[in-house]
Amino acid sequence: MSNFLEVKNLSVSFPTEDGLVKAVDHLSFSLEKGKTLGIVGESGSGKSVTSLAILGLHKGSTAEVTGEILIDGQDINSMPENEVRLLRGNLMSMIFQDALAALHPYYTVGNQIAEAYLVHNKVSKKVAKERAIEMLDRVGIPEPKKRVDDFPHQFSGGMRQRAMIAMALSCNPSLLIADEPTTALDVTVQAQIIDLLRDLQKEFNTSIILITHDLGVVAETADDILLMYAGKEIEYGTVRDVLQKPQHPYGWGLLTSIPRLTGDPNKSLSAIPGTPPSLISVPSGCAFHPRCSYVSQVGAACSAVIPELLPISSDARHLVRCHLESSIREDIFSTQVEPIL
Amino acid sequence: MFSYLIRRVVSGVVVLGIVSAIVFGIFFILPADPARLSCGKTCSEELIVKIRHTLELDQTLPVQYGRFIKGIFVGRTYLGGTAAELNCTAPCLGYSFQTDQPVTALLKDRLPATASIAFGASILWLLIGLSSGIVSALRRGTWIDKMSQGVALGAASLQIYFVGLVLQFIFVNKLAWLPTPGYSSPFQYPLDWAKQMALPWITLAFLLSAIYSRLTRAGMIEIMGEDYVRTARAKGLNNRVINLKHTLRGAITPIVTVFGLDLGGLLGGAVITEYVFNIPGLGKLSTDAVSNLDLPVIIGTVMFSAFFIIIANILVDLLYAVLDPKVRIQ
Repeated sequence: MSNFLEVKNLSVSFPTEDGLVKAVDHLSFSLEKGKTLGIVGESGSGKSVTSLAILGLHKGSTAEVTGEILIDGQDINSMPENEVRLLRGNLMSMIFQDALAALHPYYTVGNQIAEAYLVHNKVSKKVAKERAIEMLDRVGIPEPKKRVDDFPHQFSGGMRQRAMIAMALSCNPSLLIADEPTTALDVTVQAQIIDLLRDLQKEFNTSIILITHDLGVVAETADDILLMYAGKEIEYGTVRDVLQKPQHPYGWGLLTSIPRLTGDPNKSLSAIPGTPPSLISVPSGCAFHPRCSYVSQVGAACSAVIPELLPISSDARHLVRCHLESSIREDIFSTQVEPIL
Repeated sequence: MFSYLIRRVVSGVVVLGIVSAIVFGIFFILPADPARLSCGKTCSEELIVKIRHTLELDQTLPVQYGRFIKGIFVGRTYLGGTAAELNCTAPCLGYSFQTDQPVTALLKDRLPATASIAFGASILWLLIGLSSGIVSALRRGTWIDKMSQGVALGAASLQIYFVGLVLQFIFVNKLAWLPTPGYSSPFQYPLDWAKQMALPWITLAFLLSAIYSRLTRAGMIEIMGEDYVRTARAKGLNNRVINLKHTLRGAITPIVTVFGLDLGGLLGGAVITEYVFNIPGLGKLSTDAVSNLDLPVIIGTVMFSAFFIIIANILVDLLYAVLDPKVRIQ
């Protein structure tokens, strides 16, 4: 099956007074129709910047975007703004983390959904409003005919995120980018929203990019995972591979830091030492090396040479960016990581 | 909503009452003797006593104030029972010491000129201020932005009497493009009205549009960073809709507030503008009244401008409910 979305060598940088911020650095990944890719990483790892680039939303800002973003064979990055605009909300759309902030406080929910539909469809306002009601119904808002005239602040948090999804899906997009769609919600509501996204994906065969730092959500929904650190992909593979047989020390750190019901309540959680790097002065070599516990196993290469993204020996589809030799890595994984997982 | 309006009107009336009491009190404690002021040049002690009785200044202050308030609501009668009985119908604010005309009639006379200045100038400054503010915000950091904000800063720091006189010197005295500013009825002589009002409008708009431009620019830039503007872009809307329907709409509330208060303040008398251009409006009336210590007129103009400011405040609050759905629900 051919890839619906292909990102090749995407770099996004922002010139600032303090220097060039390299938010995304030579990133490549792909996504098939109807599949879900989870992009996981800490704040500042370049997840959101990547998603905004796919929508072409850096156009008109000071950001420098290089590389190719092919959607259905068309390169978004080389396309002029007025052409990308016609695809936004139509072929590809996005839902944001904080739905209260992402909805305009002064317009009704129905008005905002209808607006998204009207801009890409030559229909009357009445038809657009009917579409808004239909979409609200579809995402599970009770009494959609009545609620369509409500303002965002009259909705609960979960309902607002549903309304956001209704808006994003009003034009049946082929690609949906969900930027931390459940972060601001209660756990029970999170599950409802994830279920809703899954149902809608089945119905419309939408490709979804799910941006999150919640590994649980990714495990539930994604087919593939892209693990990002300091603007680069450091591990890329199927959900099963990356979550059950993680190969990168950063992934080990992430997975072992999750509190578990079976764990010893008196033992402190294992955290990754240090903090995410500044994107203005990314550490030399492997950007993770100042926080990595296994530098001694490799030596000088960690701080001198940027490791390449290479398939691991046992699986050509599971890629990792690490200097550790595969035998040593296997050994560390089976003795130190696997027992905790 | 309705009860809210009633509450606001009642509190407005209370404020007006307080303002009237303070002004009334201040002026009647003043060392100047109103009887002597209204007496004129040829004045004798006898005459002063007579006038003091006529003006009811021989009564205690609370009685005087009570009659003054009564005059506003039901009218009052001076020299009741004598041959010279004088009926001042409600709303009665007394008579000018200077011209002996009823203060209410003076206010009514002067309002059209002030209203002409206020409404004409406000349309002009809103147009200039909003459009230059929007352009500045959208072209932030470019020479257009720097130039327009530079002009705005300069304009905001100038004074009406300076700008007004310079403009008058250029356009009236040197180029003779415009007649000397003044007031003609817009209904009888609309063209003359516009020509005579042009300089006051431009002068006021020049200074105030600077403030509105900066206010609009700052508001727009703040709202441009809001998530909901990013959502609007992600929907694929065009720039015009994003900038006007989403960004400007989000930034408009503080601008409307300031506008309501500015307009209310101006309707009570564009004091300096009217003085500079010698326009017979409420501002000119009050400056003349102050320089002549014409107490009834001073009290009348102060209360009249307080009235407009209170009305403007109520309107701004009502407009909030229209502009912000969250206010409407509560």
